[in-house]
Amino acid sequence: MSVLVVIEPSAGIINKGGFELATFGKETAALSGTKCIALVLGNASNAGELGIYGADEVLTADIPTYDSMVYATTIAEATKKLDASIVILKHNANGKAAAGRIAIKLNAGLVSAVNAVPVLNGAVLQVKRGVYSGKASATYAISSPIKVITVIGNSIKPQANGSAISVSVLDLPKLTSSLELVDRKTMSGRAPLPEADLVVSGGRGFKGPENWDILLELADTLGATTACSRPVADADWRPHHEHVGQTGVAIRPNLYIAIGISGAIQHLAGVNSSKTIVVINKDPEAPFFKAADYGIVGDLFEVVPKLTAAIKKLKHE
Amino acid sequence: MKTLVCISKTPDTTSKISFVDGGKNFNSDGISFIMNPYDEWYALVRAVELKEKMGGTVTVINVGDASNDLVIRKALAIGADDAVRVNANAPSSFFVAKQIAEIAKKENYDLIFLGKETIDYNGAEVGAQLAELLDLPFFSFVNHLEVDGQTNILKREIEGGEETIKISGPCVISAAKDLAQQRIPNMQGIMMSKRKPLTVVEAVAVEELVSLITHELPLPKKGVTLVSADNVDELVRLLHEEAKVI
Ligand SMILES: Cc1cc2nc3c(=O)[nH]c(=O)nc-3n(C[C@H](O)[C@H](O)[C@H](O)COP(=O)(O)OP(=O)(O)OC[C@H]3O[C@@H](n4cnc5c(N)ncnc54)[C@H](O)[C@@H]3O)c2cc1C
Repeated sequence: MSVLVVIEPSAGIINKGGFELATFGKETAALSGTKCIALVLGNASNAGELGIYGADEVLTADIPTYDSMVYATTIAEATKKLDASIVILKHNANGKAAAGRIAIKLNAGLVSAVNAVPVLNGAVLQVKRGVYSGKASATYAISSPIKVITVIGNSIKPQANGSAISVSVLDLPKLTSSLELVDRKTMSGRAPLPEADLVVSGGRGFKGPENWDILLELADTLGATTACSRPVADADWRPHHEHVGQTGVAIRPNLYIAIGISGAIQHLAGVNSSKTIVVINKDPEAPFFKAADYGIVGDLFEVVPKLTAAIKKLKHE
Repeated sequence: MKTLVCISKTPDTTSKISFVDGGKNFNSDGISFIMNPYDEWYALVRAVELKEKMGGTVTVINVGDASNDLVIRKALAIGADDAVRVNANAPSSFFVAKQIAEIAKKENYDLIFLGKETIDYNGAEVGAQLAELLDLPFFSFVNHLEVDGQTNILKREIEGGEETIKISGPCVISAAKDLAQQRIPNMQGIMMSKRKPLTVVEAVAVEELVSLITHELPLPKKGVTLVSADNVDELVRLLHEEAKVI
């Protein structure tokens, strides 16, 4: 028996999200005293480091991850070959596109967007996930012999308790895709929103896209990823992928700084699982203060540069 | 072009969520329901646009009880030609995928659309399961789709980027923001929707592998600590020493 975690490198490198899954897999495997096998889809120069974060074995399979049919067949075959009883994928575009297919192929129960290490109750796996866009959570029991789950970013802190291990190629017949990938654009630089530890987010209070420099400087100083409210993305002040909330990306960083955002229920839905929330708003009645841990009532154009300066000072101490 | 659009009903985004029966069931008292925004704004509208451009039909399908007819009529008002409702309260995404697959495998749809996720369960689970049951390619989070009758070009959001993929033949597409622009049904659409066919069929039996144990609401926040705008250093100190996040 084993637990199989599926890791997708990004541009040849496994990032924090991948190491999170290794630790998640390790802790899940510990529930039944089995081992955690990491399967890396594609080449990653640092694949062996998955051993540091919990993988007992690291395998690779170079497949076109955009083809959910090839993806799912590969994982289903690997699951049988490695005698895995729990398959863990990341709750991202490719993981979500494959998880349902894998579950059907293996006659497995599927729960997606899991946010904590499961509990094993006899042969039944209990998993927890957010529902109603973060307004509530739900616990499910998966009773099938094989279980498939997708795990959201920042569900666990990667634990560096092991050491790097050698990597071998998964021995499976080669599959080909009938799809043609025309282009792939990746944004470099900041951590992707779902797995960012620190997020700085701006709303309509900024008045226009020309005023974003002070937010970007704060984000750079913190090493944070940037986000925005929906009307800001709708007005093209910021790119759409920055839109957080009920109809945007749902996030749960350690720190969420909301600047010039009123805190509408649809916005809160996507961010209220953040560990610490800081709100900067000139209106003391802004609903966001009710959901905040720390707040400053004031004009963002004055407060934000001061905050950046204060953080720079802290970093220099 | 013959398309199928899967739609679901969700609580309005402003809903305050609570549960009854010891956390087992959603409390729908005082809740107003809407068509899931991703299904309505992007999946349905793109399907209707393609029909307007290339001819063909748009069928919407929903798994749910008769209280869902309201959102089905809205989809017909926006431009779908006919509708199928599978008469059952779905206990899981697997159940929904199975029911839709039963219907879809009898008709040869060129494209099957659904929203990228529902805003109540946020599972994004139905599309992949449906595609697998039908043995069709599946593309998640599609924000751009061009169809010329032969080749389809689509763009999909991936983690930290975007992919452009060329495909031919039928497939299942989950719709993300920007695939289309929200449409408000007009008076004529609303009038016509009343005469469009809505077929109700019974569900097929499904063996459930996942069951709900309970729902919980988050613990209330302990309250905000306000810091003066003239004392930003204090906020930084709190974040560093108390919250330990920077
Ligand atoms: C179906 C549906 C889905 C939605 N989904 C989302 C979603 O996913 N995400 C989302 O964000 N929204 C969503 N919304 C929109 C949501 O209801 C709010 O309209 C939106 O979040 C408001 O954005 P905002 O806070 O940036 O703007 P506003 O509500 O206009 O707030 C601006 C805030 O800035 C403050 N401000 C102004 N000037 C300054 C200054 N100089 N200094 C400091 N503060 C200042 C104001 O006091 C105010 O609180 C959705 C709405 C609907 C109907």
